[in-house]
This record gives sequence, C-alpha cells and structure tokens, in this order.
Amino acid sequence: MRGRLGIRLLQVIPTLLLVSMLVFGLQQLMPGDPALLLAGEEANPQVIAQIRAQLWLDRPVPVQYLHWLGRILHGNLGYSWRLREPVLQLIGQKLPVTLQLGGMAFLIAIAIGVPMGVLSAVKRDTPLDWLANAIGLGGLSIPTFWLGIMMILLFSVDLGWLPPSGYVPLFGDWQRSLATTIMPAFVLGNAIAAVLMRHTRSAMLQALSQDYVRTARAKGLGEMVVVLRHALRNALIPVVTLGALEFGALLSGAVLTEQVFSIPGFGKLIVDAVFNRDYPVVQGVVMVTASIYIGLNLLADVLYIIINPRLRAA
Amino acid sequence: MNRPILAALAAGVLGVVVPAVHAAKAQTFHIALREDPDLLDPTLGQSYVGRIVFAGLCDKLFDIDSKLNVVPMLATSFKWESPTALVIHLRPGVTFQDGTKLDAAAVVYTIERDLTMQGSARKGELANVTGAEVVDPLTVKISLSAPNAGLVAQLTDRAGMIVSPTAAKKEGRNFALHPVCAGPFAFAKRIPQDEIVLDRYPGYWNAKSIHFNQVIYRPFPNGSVRLANLQAGAIDLSEQILPTDVAAVKKNPKLEVVISPGLGYNGITFNTNNGPQAKTPIGESALVRKAFELSIDRKALSQVVFNGMYPPTAQALSLLSPYHDTSIAVAGRDVAKAKALLKQAGVKLPVPVTLTITSNSDAQQMGVVIQSMAKEAGFDVKLRTLEFATSLQAGHKGDFQAYLIGWSGRVDPDGNLTPFLRSGSFFNYGHYSNPTMDKLLSEGLATTDFAKRKAIYDQVQELSNKDLPLMYLYTLSNIVGMKKSVQGFVPVPDGMIRLQGVSMSK
Repeated sequence: MRGRLGIRLLQVIPTLLLVSMLVFGLQQLMPGDPALLLAGEEANPQVIAQIRAQLWLDRPVPVQYLHWLGRILHGNLGYSWRLREPVLQLIGQKLPVTLQLGGMAFLIAIAIGVPMGVLSAVKRDTPLDWLANAIGLGGLSIPTFWLGIMMILLFSVDLGWLPPSGYVPLFGDWQRSLATTIMPAFVLGNAIAAVLMRHTRSAMLQALSQDYVRTARAKGLGEMVVVLRHALRNALIPVVTLGALEFGALLSGAVLTEQVFSIPGFGKLIVDAVFNRDYPVVQGVVMVTASIYIGLNLLADVLYIIINPRLRAA
Repeated sequence: MNRPILAALAAGVLGVVVPAVHAAKAQTFHIALREDPDLLDPTLGQSYVGRIVFAGLCDKLFDIDSKLNVVPMLATSFKWESPTALVIHLRPGVTFQDGTKLDAAAVVYTIERDLTMQGSARKGELANVTGAEVVDPLTVKISLSAPNAGLVAQLTDRAGMIVSPTAAKKEGRNFALHPVCAGPFAFAKRIPQDEIVLDRYPGYWNAKSIHFNQVIYRPFPNGSVRLANLQAGAIDLSEQILPTDVAAVKKNPKLEVVISPGLGYNGITFNTNNGPQAKTPIGESALVRKAFELSIDRKALSQVVFNGMYPPTAQALSLLSPYHDTSIAVAGRDVAKAKALLKQAGVKLPVPVTLTITSNSDAQQMGVVIQSMAKEAGFDVKLRTLEFATSLQAGHKGDFQAYLIGWSGRVDPDGNLTPFLRSGSFFNYGHYSNPTMDKLLSEGLATTDFAKRKAIYDQVQELSNKDLPLMYLYTLSNIVGMKKSVQGFVPVPDGMIRLQGVSMSK
C-alpha cells in the first residue's frame, strides 16, 4: 500500500509541472501587450521599456518561466502587476469569499432541488409534477446575469430588503454577511437546483418502481415513510455523486454571479486579471486551483486505497 | 407541521437580514466607479478612475474649475519667470495626512520622484522639465530645457499631486499600498475589486469644506449593476451613468442626473502610414477619407447609440475649452458629395475598409451604424472586433485600416492633439506625418500667450480636418447620477468627483 501511495504522490510532481507549463505557455499565446496596458494613457516608449525590464518581459520566455517556477518552489507566487499586492495574499482574501458563496449556493440547491425532485416523482404526471418540471426547466434556462439583475431590482430597489452588492466576511458580521450573500447564493444555486431536481426525480421514479418499495407498502407502512426512508435513501446515492461533481461547476459559475453582485471573489479576481493581462495573478490563481483539484483527487485515491481491501493488499 | 417551520425560518432570515441592510454608517459617502483603479500612487497611477480616488486623497498644486480655468489649490499662484522657468508660490500651513509639513522641499522631492522613478507615468507630462529647486520654504522654481506652455495645466492633475516625502521614502515602491498626500481624506484601507476606504483628515487645510467622515469608492464595471446600486440606495453618487440609463435615473424621484461636457472624444484613426495596412484607398487618399466622413451622420450616430447625449464634433477640443474652434462646423451627411469625391479620387467601388472596434457593446453598435451609413456612399466596411488590450497592440503595430478609439481628454489643448497628430507620437497609431503639423504643434507649446496659442491651434485643427488622419465623432459627456439629497456637487469637465463642498441633506 505504501508503494502505491508513494507512486501517487510522485505522480503529482509531473502533473503540477505540466500545469505550470500549460498556464505559462497559454498565456504567452494571449494577444495584447501587458506593458502597453499597464502604461495606460501616459504611455511612451521609455515607460514601456522600463515596465518590460521591471517585469522581466524583455527576457526570453524560457528564462521568464524558470524565474517564475523558481519563485513558486519557494512558495512565492509573485506580485500583482496592476495592484502590487502579493498574489498569495490576494488569493487568501478572495478564495474564502467564493467558498462561502459556493457553499451557500450548494445548500440552497439541495434545499430546493431534492424536495422538488421527490415531490415531482411522487406526484408523477400531475399538475404538481408539470409545475416542478417547468420550474426546473426555468432554472436551467434563465441566464444568471438576468436573474441577478431582476433580483436586485425586486429585493433591493423595490422592496429594499437586501443590499444589492458587496460582501461582508462571515466571521466579521454574520448578519450582514448573510444579507450580502443570500441573493447571489440563490442565483448561483438556482441552476444547480434544477439539475439536482431532474436527477432526484428520475432516481426517485426508478426507486419507487423497485420491489422493496412495493414490499414496504405491502407491509402497511405509511406513504411518507416509504418515500422518505426507503425510496429516497436509495435514490440519493447517485444524486450525491452528481452533487459533488456539480460543486466544481458551481465554483466556476461564481465568476458571473460575482460580477453581477460585485462580490470580490476568486472568479472576479481571475476575470479582471485576464483582462488586465496581470499574468502573475492569472498564473497564481490557476496554479492554486489546479493544486486544490490535484490534492482532492489524491485524497480521494488515498481514501479509496484505504477503504478497498483488495487495493490495500496489492 | 412543515409550514410553521418554514414561516419561522423565513421570518428568522428576514428578521436577521433586513435590519442589516439599513445598518449603513452615517456620514459615509459612497461613490460608484466604472472599474477598479490601478496603483494609488500619483507617480505610477494610469487609470482614469484612479484619478477620481485621488480627488479625495491627494490635492494638487493647481485645480481647474467648471469653466476650465486654472485655480489655486496647494499653490496660491504661479509666474513664468522666463519661458523656461516657472515659479510657484505655495499655500502656507498645509500638512500631509501623516503630519509632515508641505513645503517647497516636498514639492521638489515629488517632482524629482516623478522624473526619476522607474515606471513613472508622469515623465511625459513633465516634458522638458529638467528639475526643481527650493527658492524659499514656500516658493519653488521649476526649470525647463525648452518652453512647455501646457505645464501648468499638467500640474492640475497627477503631476501636480504632492506626496509626503516621509511616507514615500519609507514605503518606496509600495507607496501605492499606503499612499499619503495632502488631500481631504486619508487612506484607510483597500480591498481590491471591492472598496477603497478613505477617512477624513482633520488637519486638511480646507477642512471646513468637507462634510463627511468617510468616503468609500466601489467599482461596478457593469453599467446596469451600477444603476441598480444607485437605485437601491447602496451608493450616493455614481460616475459614468450610461446614456441609455439616464431616463431610468430621471424617472426615479429620489435620484437626479447631472450631464456636463467632458474633455474627451471618440473618433476613427486611419492608418495613413504604418506598415502594409496603410496601402489602402482610405489610408492613401485624404479625398477618400473625406468621402468616408461625409457618409457618416454623426448626430444620428450619437442619437442611435447614446440617445444623443454625446455631442457630435469634428475637433479634438472640448466644447468648454477656450481653445475650442467654433468655426469648425460638424459636417452633415452628404452622400452625393461623398460619391463625387470617390469618383474624383478615382478609386474602385466599393471601397473596402476594415474598421477595428473593441468588444464593448457601444463600439459594436457604432460599428454597425457606421457600416450601414458608409455603404450608401460606396464603402464596404468590414468590422473587426478585438478585445481592448489586443486592439491597442494592433493599433501600435499598424495592424488596422481604421480604428475606432477614444481619448479621455486633457485640460491643455496640446494633450488632446500632440499625442495623436505629431510625427512619432506614441498614440499616433496611423503614423500620420506632416512637417507643417509638427511645426505648429511645437509652436503651440512654446508660447504661453493665449491669443497666439489659440491662433496656432486653430491652424492645427484646420490642417487636421484637411488631412483627416483622425475623424472625430463625438465629445464625451460626464453623466453623474446621484441621490437628490446630495448637495453641492459641481461638475468639472475632467469628470473628477471633487468632495469639497459636497454634503448630504437630511
């Protein structure tokens, strides 16, 4: 088992190296000169040349790459060219924001999607089922941007219940934090809720047609018990798997939601960095994201080895 | 059983959330910006919105008023001792936000910093400046290698913002993270892409004109989101309300909109001399460019895309500039004359033109309108949409035939003309070159006599309209939306939000 674990750990190194090459290489292909953009309206050839020299942009690409890689190996992701703040500090500021938003959105998605899916399956081919399907379809089809603006207009402009934008850290003032994130979390969770609803419905329909459900009913159990304790428990297995996959999609979906609600999160950070050609931020964000994904995959593999006796024996 | 639980939950959430919305701090003024500013260092800063934050943070030697007159600020007066020596008298009793005294030595330090710091964006603005010296504690002399009549106007912007030498020496290149100037508000904190918070500086020299304890700047890149935040009361004042959103602001009884002429313009730069893409009928012939101009109805263009809120123009200078040439009329659309000019030029019809536009919706709409108007006169306009950074690079490389690009504008006429029309200037994308133009632009900078300069710049604009390397389309308007309770806001053509005299009525 140790050997297998060791191999998996060793595989992480070339994977991360490949990611670093890809990130750096793809960035070089991006049109638009960062020095030109940084120089702004006061640009002149001397200023541009100074910026290039200062940022190592006047060196050959392999030299730039090795310089950057060397710094990363020392745990230094560099400084934002535009803001002159350490990239690691920016990531540390933004990642928790997006994780909170994603977490809340996920909870909202589960709270809406699963009960609606169950109801839809139990009341199959009734107006309730059609309504749930229509809501689900709406959730999938409504553009995030439009829904966000509409919610701001309703809850912030017309009713004045919720702030239209901004972010307050959860551990700073939890009430204001909830107030600022509930709308974006709903908008973000809405599409995922629709996906979860559709899958829960189909899994429930399958479960409800199984023999053990018929047996449970024959034993005289109440319908609520049959549905919730027997059918739903089994139906939830594929839904949970799907939910875990959707969580990743949810984090990438946060990019647009953060723009609409002006939430200073991870998505907004990378979008702004790409448009401003702030290479250290783009590289840092991608490397950190890739490392998190690789780390989670590694953890899953390790757990799998621990759980599965056959793999352990091998 | 479930219903009461749900109701309790909803009541709980709203009970918790709703009061939180109204827990806004009193005496705090919230300003919406169109984007997140770059470095908050007057020497290194490049962005337009950065200047808006500086308006609260850093006073300048001079300022401009709503009529574009240069007025005293940190300096009380100036005098050209000779065409190459500017003497500036400073206001007594001014301190920086860290308590350091603002004196002639601080001004000399700042000017030298602007001239020597690596990556300084102010070097170009301080053209011909060779150095500065302390005459006495409140008098500075700036020396130039050659006359620069636009220098005083430059000192009404970032080049005139004096930084605390104590803080600048201590912070070095990280000064942008903790800027210290002599403005009404001191830097408190910045969360990138979220907010910049400034706290009132009690020692400000003009403290009685300041009526807030705090000002918060927040970026909202999307116009609709900016508007929604204004409507919801989350911000008190927003710069850059979109022309298409003006009606919504006017309709709201709690809001008002202030529209005033700006300094900038938008126009089409033709590639007349920059690489192979200049070898086109429109690049090689001023007649073809004139025909193109006559095919476009600028007024209709502004009406369709901007609800008519950006005044059509055929010159680079603001409507408010004393150098604005009133004799230059905006040519009306004349398709017959355009066709005749094309015939005179002897070009094959349709004349192919690739118009490079940026990927924002306004530019795309303008592109479509221009394409359709020019078609009637015999032009086959193809639109090439590029993301802004890519379009800039294409512009400098000469990878364009016609390029729709704007300029935020400068107070002095030289700032709106020389960078685009002089041979070898950095923003002269099409490499337009005319020795007469170069001579006139040099002469314009060499004299401080208004009448002489006016006559020179009139000639510059006449020549520009004849050669037509750049077809001006419209001047920008500053459209500010704000709560009706905001009092004392004075629009100034540079679009900066000056906080002196601004207050909130109860």
